Amino acid sequence: MSIPLLKLENIRHSYGEQTVVNDLSLILEKGEIGCLLGPSGCGKTTVLRCIAGFEPVVSGEILINGNEVSNAVFSVPPDKRRIGMVFQDYALFPHLDITANINFGLHQLAKVERRSRVDELLQTVGLIDVAKKFPHELSGGQQQRVALARALAPRPDLLLLDEPFSNLDVNLRERLSIEVREILKNQETTAILVTHDQHEAFTLADQIGVMNQGEIQQWDTAYNLYHRPASRFVANFIGQGVFLPGKVLESFQIKIELGVLTGNIHQERQEILELYDQGSQVEVLLRPDDIVYDDASPLKAVVEHKAFRGADILYTLRLAGGSMVLSLIPSHHNHVIGEIIGIRLEADHVVAFR
Amino acid sequence: MNDESFGITTKNKSVNLDFPHNILSNRYRRVTGWRLVAFFVAALVLIPIGVVFSSFFSPETDIWLHLVETTLLGLLINTFWLSLGVVVGTTLLGVSLAWFTAVYEFPGRRFFSWALLLPFAIPAYVTAFVALGIFDFTGPVQTTLRTWFDSDVPWFPDIRGRLGVIIVMTLAFYPYVYLLARNAFLTQGKRSLEAAQSLGLNRRQGFFRVALPMARPWIAGGVMLALMETLADFGTVSVFNYDTFTTAIYKAWFSMFSLSAASQLASLLIIIVFIVIFLEQQFRSRIRYAETKISQHADRIKLTGWHTWAVTGLILFVLFFAFILPVSQLSFWVVNSYTHDFDKQRYLEFLWHSLSLSGLAAFLTCVVAVLMVYSVRRHPDGMTRSAVRVATLGYALPGSVLAVGIFIPIAWLDGQLSGWAMQLFGVETGMLIQGTLVTMLIAYLTRFLAVSHFPIDSAMQRVTRSIDEAAMGLGLSGWSILQKVHLPVLRTGIFTAATLVFVDVMKEMPITLMTRPFGWDTLAVRIFEMTSEGEWEQAALPAITLVLAGLIPIILFMRQTEKTS
Repeated sequence: MSIPLLKLENIRHSYGEQTVVNDLSLILEKGEIGCLLGPSGCGKTTVLRCIAGFEPVVSGEILINGNEVSNAVFSVPPDKRRIGMVFQDYALFPHLDITANINFGLHQLAKVERRSRVDELLQTVGLIDVAKKFPHELSGGQQQRVALARALAPRPDLLLLDEPFSNLDVNLRERLSIEVREILKNQETTAILVTHDQHEAFTLADQIGVMNQGEIQQWDTAYNLYHRPASRFVANFIGQGVFLPGKVLESFQIKIELGVLTGNIHQERQEILELYDQGSQVEVLLRPDDIVYDDASPLKAVVEHKAFRGADILYTLRLAGGSMVLSLIPSHHNHVIGEIIGIRLEADHVVAFR
Repeated sequence: MNDESFGITTKNKSVNLDFPHNILSNRYRRVTGWRLVAFFVAALVLIPIGVVFSSFFSPETDIWLHLVETTLLGLLINTFWLSLGVVVGTTLLGVSLAWFTAVYEFPGRRFFSWALLLPFAIPAYVTAFVALGIFDFTGPVQTTLRTWFDSDVPWFPDIRGRLGVIIVMTLAFYPYVYLLARNAFLTQGKRSLEAAQSLGLNRRQGFFRVALPMARPWIAGGVMLALMETLADFGTVSVFNYDTFTTAIYKAWFSMFSLSAASQLASLLIIIVFIVIFLEQQFRSRIRYAETKISQHADRIKLTGWHTWAVTGLILFVLFFAFILPVSQLSFWVVNSYTHDFDKQRYLEFLWHSLSLSGLAAFLTCVVAVLMVYSVRRHPDGMTRSAVRVATLGYALPGSVLAVGIFIPIAWLDGQLSGWAMQLFGVETGMLIQGTLVTMLIAYLTRFLAVSHFPIDSAMQRVTRSIDEAAMGLGLSGWSILQKVHLPVLRTGIFTAATLVFVDVMKEMPITLMTRPFGWDTLAVRIFEMTSEGEWEQAALPAITLVLAGLIPIILFMRQTEKTS
């Protein structure tokens, strides 16, 4: 196997007494886009700053292209790491125009090469028209693109993005993250992104690490994070859902109030078998799409709340036993609060925790 | 229809306070008096300028021609070198000290970053005469050297020259640059430097290619302030006998008794000052764009080894010559003169004059500033705003220019008044206004209004329109909004404003000197008189009194900044 582009091994970082990053490890292959996703204060930005070399590590080590850049006793200065960084507030140089901002990191190239590289990037991010303007004259989205172009210009081995879209409005955020992913993939850039917004992570990244209290809870694809969360924290943090009490049956199935859950995939039943003893009590995660509307179903529930989402309505339903579940139902099934409707369980994956 | 709208007006009368553009504009036509305040003060600034320039139409050209032939070129050359020297000096000192205290960590850093503001407390003319007292031919340093070498010390630099003035003013005015540059470096945060590093620049390259260019508008603003102080300075250059426009104005008036020559000189000085103001405003308009949001806590870079010593050494060196040495020498002189022939009665008289004058000026400027702030709030239109802008420009007019520009119209008014009195009542009134404090107070108001306007205005900015609306929504009427919302918010602003003006007036020299009523000597005037005779020791007690007063605003500023950070 080739050397991974980025490797973090048991890194630890603390501000004084407080440990912010705790024995964190991850591996990013060349050309991959990784993401650290987590609530604010989980230490994700600190990890990024450690990779950049702005923060030292207390223990553990960081390797870029197989070269050790940080460990407990030494730290290669940021300017020697061949990294590029896009800052949350962009940190564009206000005294320089857009061309000069992008040109800033190209000081080692000859003049002609610099010009062609700047032009190329202006083309890539679609900012040719504003090349001679100053940062304060641009919109937030344009500033964001300049920040990206500036970071990409010196062809860094690794691009670091710190909450790159958090200053933009929601619509622009989604469009830009698709755009940025295309640019990064075209340039075959290895990148690592830090965000608290899961949609941003899902659109942009190949691999996502959900972080909590300085630790990575799960390093996986978006699909697996949603459908196969490894921990209760990940299950809660990603997507919506509720937990219902259940009991593991002899036939490796889980009985809950709504019926008996049987994973479609054999492997998953194996997991249930391995993790839980027969007859033990567990908590089962039910996503809103696990429960579908069915008039004919004998299973009834009372509509408690509803939230119109456009194509769907997110219903909060009360079961006979008193527990609540969520259900995403096409919006032409418009029920009023207090109405009793028929529902059916339709879960592909079984996610249960003790 | 008409009746109805009138009904609304009266019903809401008590509610509205600051809403000129709503349906209640009827009511506002009656209170345009508010606006007159702003126009009146703007006139106070414009009249002296107009008067000074109109002197070129006066018949007394022979003195002017004499001045042009003999001294004008010298004045221009002196002013040029002095300005250049102070600009270079304050930039080097201010920027380097700001950079070290804003970015690095070393023992005593917090203390030093405040201590470096202390030279603000010492008026430049005090530093000047202390420097002469210490380093001049008869001073302790040269005397000691002569006894050591048992001969003359011709290699000792002559402090009385151009270089001496430049050094003294640099030491007195560098805090302007230091303060603004430091602010720039602190607000830039480490973000931009980090961005530069992530693009492959090391720290030193980052300073020259990012931090310094980004701070340029602030640095330039600070340098321009220092330059305006230099151009306005009268005390320092008179101590050093270094002829500039301010001293020439004084001489033309009080030695050649030619007010018109004085005002012709003043008009030239105004032109130079206007160029500086224009440049300063250019730079200030750029600050807006260069301003960044304050980024997260920036860890300072720890200095190690000889770097620590070099930085601490530089700071101590500056502090020693700009503050410690002058204050110690003054204290020494005070003790000395106290034991010899101390005239307590006279000192108390100077002190009383200074205090009462400063108090009156502080009160007057604050009242006018509050009125002006309200006039803008009630009439936030272009006219009123420009009037306020003009009114606050008075700070840029050198005291000696204002003295001439205000004295002339008042003398004219006096002449008119006594003429009328003679005609109407047949009474010989003599000078009605000239011999009183009125001239001085008007001049102070013109010069220091900006000082009181700024803190009061920024306090008022905190009361947004929606706060007023919220108060009204909660059922408060105009007067109780004023009492319960505005005054509590304005109080600290007014207090700061009054303190700043008070101290500024105490230190003020040229206006006081040239327009004071006969016998109304203040501490500053006493210093001028004693230092022109080389009686350093006699000037020490008034000087140290001014230094103590000068410490007050620095302490205030320190507290305020500590609170916000």
